[in-house]
Amino acid sequence: MITIPYLTAVSTYFSYGLLFAFGQLRDYSRLLFDWWRTNNLQGYAPICLAHEDFYIRRLYHRIQDCFGRPISSAPDAWVDVVERVSNDNNKTLKRTTKTSRCLNLGSYNYLGFGSFDEYCTPRVIESLKKFSASTCSSRVDAGTTSVHAELEECVAKYVGQPAAIVCGMGYATNSAIIPVLIGKGGLIISDSLNHTSIVNGARGSGATIRVFQHNTPSHLEKVLKEQIAEGQPRTHRPWKKIIVVVEGIYSMEGEICHLPEIVSICKKYKAYVYLDEAHSIGAIGKTGRGVCELLGVDTADIDIMMGTFTKSFGSCGGYIAGSKDLIQYLKHHCPAHLYATSISTPSAQQIISAIQVILGEDGSNRGAQKLARIRENSNFFRAELQKMGFEVLGDNDSPVMPIMLYNPAKIPAFSRECLRENLAVVVVGFPATPLLLARARICISASHSREDLIKALQVISKAGDLTGIKYFPAAPKKQDEEKNGIKLD
Amino acid sequence: MASNLVEMFNACLLWVTMILEDPSARVVLFGFPIRGHYFLEALLGVVIVILLSQKSFKPPKRPLTEQEIDELCEEWVPEPLIPPITEDMRHEPPVLESAAGPHTTVNGKDVVNFASANFLGLIGHEKLLESCTSALEKYGVGSCGPRGFYGTIDVHLDCEARISKFLGTPDSILYSYGLSTMFSTIPCFCKKGDIIVADEGVHWGIQNGLQLSRSTIVYFKHNDMESLRSTLEKIMTKYKRSKNLRRYIVAEGVYQNSGQIAPLDEIVKLKEKYRFRVILDESNSFGVLGCSGRGLAEHHGVPIEKIDVVTAAMGHALATEGGFCTGNARIIDYQRLSSSGYVFSASLPPYLASAAITAIDVIDQNPDMLVKLKQNIALLWKGLSDIKGMSLTSNPESPIVFLKLEKSSGSAKEDLLLLEKMADLALKEDSVLVVSSKRSFLDKCRLPVGIKLYVSAGHSESDLLIASESLKRLASELLKS
Repeated sequence: MITIPYLTAVSTYFSYGLLFAFGQLRDYSRLLFDWWRTNNLQGYAPICLAHEDFYIRRLYHRIQDCFGRPISSAPDAWVDVVERVSNDNNKTLKRTTKTSRCLNLGSYNYLGFGSFDEYCTPRVIESLKKFSASTCSSRVDAGTTSVHAELEECVAKYVGQPAAIVCGMGYATNSAIIPVLIGKGGLIISDSLNHTSIVNGARGSGATIRVFQHNTPSHLEKVLKEQIAEGQPRTHRPWKKIIVVVEGIYSMEGEICHLPEIVSICKKYKAYVYLDEAHSIGAIGKTGRGVCELLGVDTADIDIMMGTFTKSFGSCGGYIAGSKDLIQYLKHHCPAHLYATSISTPSAQQIISAIQVILGEDGSNRGAQKLARIRENSNFFRAELQKMGFEVLGDNDSPVMPIMLYNPAKIPAFSRECLRENLAVVVVGFPATPLLLARARICISASHSREDLIKALQVISKAGDLTGIKYFPAAPKKQDEEKNGIKLD
Repeated sequence: MASNLVEMFNACLLWVTMILEDPSARVVLFGFPIRGHYFLEALLGVVIVILLSQKSFKPPKRPLTEQEIDELCEEWVPEPLIPPITEDMRHEPPVLESAAGPHTTVNGKDVVNFASANFLGLIGHEKLLESCTSALEKYGVGSCGPRGFYGTIDVHLDCEARISKFLGTPDSILYSYGLSTMFSTIPCFCKKGDIIVADEGVHWGIQNGLQLSRSTIVYFKHNDMESLRSTLEKIMTKYKRSKNLRRYIVAEGVYQNSGQIAPLDEIVKLKEKYRFRVILDESNSFGVLGCSGRGLAEHHGVPIEKIDVVTAAMGHALATEGGFCTGNARIIDYQRLSSSGYVFSASLPPYLASAAITAIDVIDQNPDMLVKLKQNIALLWKGLSDIKGMSLTSNPESPIVFLKLEKSSGSAKEDLLLLEKMADLALKEDSVLVVSSKRSFLDKCRLPVGIKLYVSAGHSESDLLIASESLKRLASELLKS
């Protein structure tokens, strides 16, 4: 749980209030100066009312240069960030031809497959030459190639379920699968901090949605008991089915889900478990099999396992793994399978090759090395940051670590200061996070070396001192004091 | 006895009157002497107010006890997660062993492929493969992040600029998946309370977008301009007073479900008369219609500025993956922060974006591919014009040739099974790969089902002949009733 210091909360509210007031003032003055200019809408309703994009125009545009930074190389450990200039006070940004080589702490490149890889890329290029970039057809028409069939088998075996189905985009997997599994008369209980794709899929299904407190199994039990006893709203008929949706690693908190307790509660109350492993597959667990392996949960207890290939496998797309019947049913009814173009064949080959490297089937132990390195890197980085006095969220072993900023002014300050020192970080504010809880999010990769991490720590410490985000007292340097003591003696 | 009572009563009455009269006997308020009976009336008034303010009788609330809740939880039995699998759900699609060009390999046999929307034959084109290979060597496969967080690679920005230049619009935005383009764009602009008039034959992506937008949706008859006009008329009379209500017409350039082409010039006339905005999905018409491939607007001679939002999936004529949306700068800028499929999802793999740039360059430099495509469509129409038991319902210029059953068996499921059998036999016996309509139970479209053929500029005359002969033979065999 994040407990914001009282003074920081007051100053954050004050900052937002000031920004809001200035924004409103500018809006009014624009209205005054422009009222004589005829509106060229000619009877059409405005496509966007003034208050709907107030946040974008008055708050986001001021710090627009911290987001959407283009890069001109592969998203590896070191990346070329393109510099942009603006001559109308950050309202529009133009690319320049200058780039700066920065250490990349922002891309989701957990196992280092995001750039040219000596095993994967030749195979990908071979498959490109054989099958071309796209099949231009949906999976049921002519979009299933032998590579797709191999991929589904490979993924099912890797994840530990009998069968799997693959879709071309992780976001669309959630949006298209949840309406097939549950409809009106069903209940979806989802964690309060679930990703937008799950929320959209749940809304599109027509089922009733209830939310339980983030990662709190006791509250989940309370909600389940209440809901089963009460039944459907207004008619009080019993629910047709209940699906509980949780994520493996929450991308904005870095926390790992309390899966064993949640699975035992769902078994007791006969609810189905849907696990979204977008960030955890391939990144945690001894052989990279995700949160089930890490926490010792049997994969047969989880009814539907979903994941994406964008993060750890350096490709694109998403998958659903479950029992054979479930996958057969989804293949017959899922709209993404029936109507959307199938996943690009070279991307599918990349996933197969990446899984082979991770499991050591390519004949080397690069996979095991990568997994060990990402665990070491994450734990080292997190421990060092906490020693320096930053407020870092997330559990041990998780490669995602958010550093709390809180104040809206610190968001661009931290980001720009880091970029000046050639460190590329990601900062997130409202609306991706709650209003008061802005943060900088670090994603560690297996391709970062120890020197890279030490340099990053130095830069972050300097930027942290400048912006004043070391909210906790730094751990005292015990070893130095002892050494001094011995010298004196 | 009685007289005693009467005496007592009179005494009480006198006593009460004295009490009431006495204190106020000397009070004169505003020129009115206050009588005693006013106090009685005031008292009565207070009693009435107290009675009115009492809450009405409600039976006491009895929440369920812990034991009752536990019992209910024990008794509750959920439905199974999925209904039991039937035989027809076990149908396996054909597995390709080579690229999905005009000819492909299935089960070791060479097959003529009419099931890939490879309209210009760009699958396997060497320029595309070259640019993909160099992009793969430079950038790897994935982009490892959403557009806002270092997932914007310079090829994405170049691709957006190239698309805008090709179509002549101010700006465009790239999406990483064709299907997600529509269901992310529509909820971005259409909120609760807005009005959308959509064609009843739009594909599932658009239907999902309409559902997510929570606006009021009115469908008009498929490709029927008269129905559209009357619907717009009805809406304008009903919602006359609302000036801030946004109104949209949603249509597709070439309909995925029927192969019809939307009459854009009439839609634009109606839109200007009733002040609606148009959202057009040009997935199957981009790169195909119009003399230089610029889509439906060029085909009908309508300036592209009149269409407010144009979206397209690139998995058809451009032989790559992903989608884009194009329009004026305000619309595109707004989507960069509010479109959920753009903000919360990883960006398009860079090699696919560079394939898109190369594909557009190829289309620009070789307009004769479009001429070949048109010739092929005309040849196929000639070959299938005398087919028995089925009729051609698509537009003669559309690259999707749609054959519907003349006599439907009444149930959509039966029809689908029959068409599936026909497509399977076409593959097995004549080595022709065609598409039989598939409907998910989530799809609200009720248009007739049929067999679809995607014509490509890479098909040769003999391919088209084989396909038409095969379908004619199978139709006469299977549809003998």
